[in-house]
Amino acid sequence: MWGGRKLSSSGSRFLGAHRSPFRGTQADCPRLTTSAAYSKNQLSWTLQIKPSVFSEYRSMCFKSYSMTFACLNRMKSYSLPWTRPYSTSRTTVDSSEVKTFLALAHRWWDEQGVYAPLHSMNDLRVPFIRDNLLKTVADHQPGKPLSGMKILDVGCGGGLLTEPLGRLGASVIGIDPVDENIKTAQHHKSFDPVLDKRIEYRACSLEKIVEETAETFDAVVASEVVEHVIDLEMFIQCCCQVLKPGGSLFITTINKTQLSYALGIVFSEQIAGIVPKGTHTWEKFVSPEKLESILESNGLSVQTVAGMLYNPFSGYWHWSKNTSLNYAAHAVKSSIQEHPAPAEFALKEETEEVRIETSTNSGVHEELKK
Amino acid sequence: MRYRAFRRMQVWDACSEALIMFDKDNLDDMGCIVENNVIMHALTKQLEAVSDRVTVLYKSKAVSYTWPYPFSMADSSPWVHITLGDGSILQTKLLIGADGHNSGVRQAAGIQNVSWNYDQSAVVATLHLSEATENNVAWQRFLPSGPIALLPLSDTLSSLVWSTSHEHAAELVSMDEEKFVDAVNSAFWSDANHTDFIDSAGSMLQYAVAFLKPTKISARQLPPSVARVDAKSRILFPLGLGHAAEYVRPRLALIGDAAHRVHPLAGQGANMGFGDISSLLHHLRTAAFNGKDLGSMSHLTAYETDRQRHNTALLAATDLLKRLYSTSAAPLVLLRTWGLQATNAVSPLKEQIMAFASK
Repeated sequence: MWGGRKLSSSGSRFLGAHRSPFRGTQADCPRLTTSAAYSKNQLSWTLQIKPSVFSEYRSMCFKSYSMTFACLNRMKSYSLPWTRPYSTSRTTVDSSEVKTFLALAHRWWDEQGVYAPLHSMNDLRVPFIRDNLLKTVADHQPGKPLSGMKILDVGCGGGLLTEPLGRLGASVIGIDPVDENIKTAQHHKSFDPVLDKRIEYRACSLEKIVEETAETFDAVVASEVVEHVIDLEMFIQCCCQVLKPGGSLFITTINKTQLSYALGIVFSEQIAGIVPKGTHTWEKFVSPEKLESILESNGLSVQTVAGMLYNPFSGYWHWSKNTSLNYAAHAVKSSIQEHPAPAEFALKEETEEVRIETSTNSGVHEELKK
Repeated sequence: MRYRAFRRMQVWDACSEALIMFDKDNLDDMGCIVENNVIMHALTKQLEAVSDRVTVLYKSKAVSYTWPYPFSMADSSPWVHITLGDGSILQTKLLIGADGHNSGVRQAAGIQNVSWNYDQSAVVATLHLSEATENNVAWQRFLPSGPIALLPLSDTLSSLVWSTSHEHAAELVSMDEEKFVDAVNSAFWSDANHTDFIDSAGSMLQYAVAFLKPTKISARQLPPSVARVDAKSRILFPLGLGHAAEYVRPRLALIGDAAHRVHPLAGQGANMGFGDISSLLHHLRTAAFNGKDLGSMSHLTAYETDRQRHNTALLAATDLLKRLYSTSAAPLVLLRTWGLQATNAVSPLKEQIMAFASK
């Protein structure tokens, strides 16, 4: 069951390497980093999916067999019971968590439910995307400002951000590794004939799409995703590959500061329960400086970084000058064809991150926290 | 075309000399009285202009509604379904209920409605003035039985709105035209309800006001006299107050009288409806530009908060005024006489009142 199963669905944890149909998934191992991690539209919602997912964000170009072994070794060394590969004991899967996930998979569209903060984040991120994309066109149709644009929503979850973008006229492809999420998203858009035509959902990983959709998107949106990704470098490279020259990348994520630990983890998860426990791992948070450096080194020029603040009492988000909690970034792929810097030369100035480099030939960086 | 911009409004009491005069400093137009037919005609013209995007189904009736579940359930449609009289079904992301104070939409949605009937009915008629005048003043006098208002429509025509007890209203509608005209004239002119006590109390305050603000003395003017009434233009309808506890539900919004019903004494009923429309439009426009689902509660509740704040205040004030002026008991008459005179003397307060009414 570990084997040919696609990631996700039914919220169970899949330990990786066995997803044979998936190429390039050798590197499943790193998924094991603990907690929540997971690549979707998030804030929570994903306790369930602990391991798994990340591997997808690994670019196939950088597969490394040696890494796999390293991975497996590492896997064994982490004494997380559920991470043992080839284990047939499904006891590691916490059935109550699976249930939570299953229940949550249907709650995407409950605007007052678990995902309420994500729904209200649309008030910031949709105008952010819309206005920055409008700057690149001369004029637009009044009713459909984004018509004619092709957008990729990575980690679309239940389609919370995908649908508004579709309504604004864009053709959107939403991808998410969790089948259940895609099912929910498909179901929700099926009632609206207009959206049905404009949006396409696929349960797959970014790397699967990279091959067939190189340089076809006007914009890539990765909202609340990069703080769940194991290999940020790889992720950004894939995003860059699918973007047209001059295309835009939009990212919203959480900063790695003491404040984000105090408010984002301690307060939100453990005290106030705004975000389910274990959803986020502070070590995976990305500071805007680090994100900028990765973006710039991959040929994406950063246009805007803006802070976002959530008011848990009113349920509304606000723009802020302060990026120490949540922030949004907009970067543009340079129009001159520039190959993204090979991973070996990727910048590593932020030494505060613990980065473990595996074998030199691959240059793939894993960030294994802990 | 019967509509007229007015520049001044005089409101006075039948039981005393107190009056309040509203006008703009430079005698600009304060507002406009527009006959209902004129509005309907204008709307029809506008609808024809956008007939490629708007379909009007005349002579149709909604028979039943199916509301969506709170969130996406397995197979149920998340939209509102409306069954029409001819059996066809429409589905929509947002249903706007604008069907009057007996709103079927509101009842079908099960929204609580706070309401009570007043012991008054309103008589409306179109009156011909004895002589053509500039006719740009709106007149309203509070009789103990209810307010009577004369609103200009043209140089020779004015509209009458007379709220009075049910029996008197029935009498007025059925009495012959001459008697009716006499009744109207005497309602405006007769001082039968004055008492000496109130008169002297009133003039006391008037001297005080004149002392403090010598320039602001308004002398009571009399409205133009009425010569005839348009045949068959006399109608009556009962009055009441109503307020829906919720203006919105998922995929449903109530506007106009479906959401609130008010006494005509302040002439604000239709205006509140227009305000509702303007607010809802603003919120829907922003939501659409953000790609939101139009039936989503987030912006609908913003509309509700916006309008409930405004409408509740106006409803409460109008109800209070109605009760205050429905009596000829001396203490209350004294209270309202002094209150009216004092308000008349304070221009900023009057400007605030005018501004609030124009929202």
